[in-house]
Amino acid sequence: MRNSSQHAAREVQASAHLFAALGDETRLRLVISLSDGGPMSITKLTSGSRITRQAITKHLRVMEQSGLVKSTRHGRESLWELEEQRLVEARRYLDTISRQWDAALLRLRDLVEKDNSSPNS
Amino acid sequence: MQPFDNMQLRGCMNTDRIEKKILLRAPQSRVWRAISDAAEFGTWFGMKFEGQFAPGALMRGVIVPTKVDPDVARKQKPYEGKPVEITIDRIEPESLFSFRWHPYAIEPGVDYSAEPTTLVAFTLAPLADGIELTVTESGFDSIPLDRRAKAFAANDGGWTLQMKNLEKYTSHAQ
Repeated sequence: MRNSSQHAAREVQASAHLFAALGDETRLRLVISLSDGGPMSITKLTSGSRITRQAITKHLRVMEQSGLVKSTRHGRESLWELEEQRLVEARRYLDTISRQWDAALLRLRDLVEKDNSSPNS
Repeated sequence: MQPFDNMQLRGCMNTDRIEKKILLRAPQSRVWRAISDAAEFGTWFGMKFEGQFAPGALMRGVIVPTKVDPDVARKQKPYEGKPVEITIDRIEPESLFSFRWHPYAIEPGVDYSAEPTTLVAFTLAPLADGIELTVTESGFDSIPLDRRAKAFAANDGGWTLQMKNLEKYTSHAQ
């Protein structure tokens, strides 16, 4: 079941940092286009852009390798779409590791400060 | 007082690393021991290791349930005894301790040895009112997205329990 484009846009915004780490504004723009418009051909992705079809194809292949987008054959062209679930999972993964560290550091603090506050320390 | 007052979440603009800072009101030597002594490290980190930390050493350990909350500990029992390996990187006394590992590497039957590791580094900085400990875990961008997805799915129960642990701490905060 496809998410509404509004929901998808929110997810993309929330995941913007994920794409910032990819270090490329073109890829971020591609993700935004794909999240707004559903499966798209390279022709459609290239239209209105200064970036060449060749360059966009290269970016899409890189993103496909890391699982962020996938392509399906549709007649003579490939249609590209965003793997939204991957984005959600990637963000959640970092969030949960982050919370795990929070919990561990609180346990560390409890250990070292408890010793420090005892009357004999 | 909210325990998170003295913790900062960095890394929201950078997906390759997670950085945490916490102020510890204890002597530097005490903090260092809690981090660099394998037995002490294990008690708060939640793992039991064989042997002592040394640069380059491959440490084998197992997950042990938290001592914070007996209810939570009971629910963590499925993870108890799961093997974890860390490879010690650098030890600079009282200042820096780092190791490499595979985060979430507890899926049974998977050989993680070919997969990229993250680097976990603890640095100690003396301040007027204690020691500022910074923990940085980096290298996440190298971890394939499908590995992250599987790891998350496999561990959702465990991490929910970690959140409960956290709530226990914050509700007991002074």
